[in-house]
Parts: sequence; structure tokens; C-alpha cells
Amino acid sequence: MSEIEPGKKWQIATVTSVRKESPRVKLFALNLAETTPHRAGQYYDIRLTAPDGYQTQRSYSVSSSVVHSDSIELAIELINDGEVSSYFHDVVSSGDQIEVRGPIGGHFTLSPNYSKPVLLIAGGSGIAPIMSMIRSKRDAANASPTALLFSFRTEADFLFRSELVDQVKTNVGFHLLPVVTRTAARENSSGILSFGRINRDSILSAIVSLTGNAGSPASGYPQSLPARAYVCGGSGFVEAMGNHLLDIGMGLHDIRTERFGP
Amino acid sequence: MINNKFFGRRRSEPTRPVPPGQYLEDGFPVLSAGPTPRVDLATWDLSISIGGSTVGTWNWESLNALPQTDIHTDIHCVTKWSKQDTDWRGVTIDTLLADAGVETPTGFVMAGCEGGYTTNVPVPDVLEGKGLLVHTYDNEPLAPEHGGPVRLLIPHLYLWKSAKWIRSLTFMDQDAPGFWERYGYHMYGDPWREQRYTND
Repeated sequence: MSEIEPGKKWQIATVTSVRKESPRVKLFALNLAETTPHRAGQYYDIRLTAPDGYQTQRSYSVSSSVVHSDSIELAIELINDGEVSSYFHDVVSSGDQIEVRGPIGGHFTLSPNYSKPVLLIAGGSGIAPIMSMIRSKRDAANASPTALLFSFRTEADFLFRSELVDQVKTNVGFHLLPVVTRTAARENSSGILSFGRINRDSILSAIVSLTGNAGSPASGYPQSLPARAYVCGGSGFVEAMGNHLLDIGMGLHDIRTERFGP
Repeated sequence: MINNKFFGRRRSEPTRPVPPGQYLEDGFPVLSAGPTPRVDLATWDLSISIGGSTVGTWNWESLNALPQTDIHTDIHCVTKWSKQDTDWRGVTIDTLLADAGVETPTGFVMAGCEGGYTTNVPVPDVLEGKGLLVHTYDNEPLAPEHGGPVRLLIPHLYLWKSAKWIRSLTFMDQDAPGFWERYGYHMYGDPWREQRYTND
């Protein structure tokens, strides 16, 4: 358990790049005047102020590595009627200034030097904080067993695809299991995608890739479970994944969750 | 600073003001640090301790046998959403303390939950009807992901103080940080003063 952190002050960040990562997600690199190194999994608060004084705030997870954290990357998904996400998608461009404070949050974090097997489960833009964990482990040259089960709607929504596929090639400890939910089954360009929804079987497959242990077929429970699981995505997705993980015997305290939106 | 081309959507005009930095939410988002714990009503109980001694324990039946209170209120989550006009039913902390037959404690109270979550609140903030243990939301049993079977509800503070899956109330002389408070969230958490994080 961490110590009480100092209060976070609002500061003005400068957008240094905007990149369209998928039809609905843009990546924003922000340069901060005053940087507190973040921990992988933490988020920033964003505050927008209209000319008439109206203000609103949202929280966005940092997707960049904990290394080189004078700049942070936020992955922002365009939400229908989302007043902040639509501002970011339709208006914000390189050179713009945005009011932010952070990093915030402490439970949904992973040390880049964590050496035990970790199961990461992401739904859609829930990949953002998990991407920070993966990149941070990579930059710490930590090849300890890590499996990513990543669920997204269509092949076009496979965020960070080339970087994740590259990790599979260069990091023997990293296992990638992407799952497409809304595309009809067909031959895909890479051969690594599977179709459907993440269920208990896909979680067990991920655990086998992580621990190399198929467990007891009779019980269906793997003999060795990951030390920790991190789950991030929409509320229903996280609820379902949490239930699967409890079903296969993981402890409540070994499962950390972060939920997006209603 | 002003974001010149930002006008905001302000999609539902609030019937009452919302606290600073909050937006109105029609749905009921779920936030929790881990999966929804599995709570067995047959073995569920709630205990109150004061000064290190247990002064009362209630199971599901005895909690429901106590006088019930309905509350119509607004709730505010530190993750920026507020929800107006929510309806809950449960038992006030006053009722529990009276049932235990103890003098009204002073100081602070730590709520303890299934799964180990904790949160700290000053005692006056849970007395005089301000704090309840609720088991019914919108006339339905409180759903597990929203803290059922029983959660704490202290609607005038940010919702992380309204601990889900509650099992214990520990009254103590000195304040101490709970789960999120140790991670840098505010010790008190008044949404109207925007006390989100330490030193806010």
C-alpha cells in the first residue's frame, strides 16, 4: 500500500502530437511543464472550460511507458454525445493547450519490474492503462510472463496492433490473444485473431500460455494461476471477466479492475 | 484557462445544481477496485465495534427486522458523474446504535467490507440520518455490482465513502486513512468543496 501522495495541482499541458489509431480512438501526446513520473495504470484528470465559464472534467488513463514520462500519451475514444471526447476528436490539434492534473490512482498499477506471471485483460479502449504496463515492462527489459487477452469490435479497432505484434516477436515472455467480437468469422490478414467473446476457455488458454500448465482436465481449473490479473474495459465487460477469474479460482485480492463509463 | 472552441454539450439540464466538475449521468456506472465479491446472505453479518469491543452484530434477518428508512437523494462519484433523484431503503446508523443500546460514539468510523475495502468518515457524518446501510435501490434488491446485499450510503460525500459490500463499522478516536485515502484520495471527500484528492 502506497503512502499518501502530495496534492495534484492543475497545470497547462501542450499537445505535441495527435495520431488517429482507429476509427474511434485518437492518441494525444501531451507535454507537461511539471512532471510527476506516473505508475503504469494511473490516469490524469482533464478540465475543459468554455468561454462562458462552464467547466467539465473527465479522467483518461495514461497509455505511455513510465520511462520518458516528461510527455504522456492519452488514448481517447470518441463517445457518442461525449462532450470531452468529441472536443478532443473534432477540435484539438498539435500545439493546443489543455488543463490537466495527475497522475492519479494507485491500486490499478503494475511495477515495470514485477516478475511474477501477469494476466492482462482489456476491452476496447480499456487497453490504454494496460498498454502503459506492457510498454513499461518492455522498457525495463522485463520479459517475465505476461499474457494479454484483448477484446475489440472489429479488426479496425485493434489498437496498438503493430506494437503489440512486435512485442510478441521480440519478447519471449509476452503472449498476445486478440479477440474480435463483431466481425463475421473470416480469414484475417494476420492469422492471429480469434472471433467471438472472451470466455472462460479463452482465459484458460491465456493462462496456459502464461504458465505453460494445462492443469487438471477433470476440474477445468489450471494448477497454477497467474499471480495477478488486471482487467480494464466497459463495466459489463469487467464484471463478466471478474466473474470468470473468480470461477477459475483466482483470489479476490489478485484481481484488479478499472471500469469505464456507464 | 479557457478552451475557446469548447462549448460543452450539457445534455441533461440539471433540476438542481451539481457539484463543481461533475456531470449528470442517467445510467448507474459501476466503479470498484476489484471484481464483485460473492456474498452469501446465509452467513452475511454486520458488526459494530466501539473502542475495540464489538457492541452489536446483525444478520440479514435481524437487519431487516429493524425500522427501515427511505431516502431520496443525489449521489456524486469522484470519477466525475453525479446522479440525481435516487431512491434507497435501509437502516440508519442511528437505528443500529440504538438497537445496540450504546451511547452515541464520537470521533471517526472505519467502514470495512467483504474483500478488505475500507473507508474512513467522521462520526457526525453518519449520524442524524446522514448515514445508512442500504439494501434496496429503486424498490429492487441492491444489485451485487452496486454493493448488494448491503452497502453504506453517505450521499453528501463522494460515493467512494459509501462503501459497497459492507461488513463492519469500527468506531475509533483518531482518524485513519481507508483504502482509497491511502492512495491519495481526500480524507473527507465533500463534493461541494471538490475534495477529490489529498490537499484539495
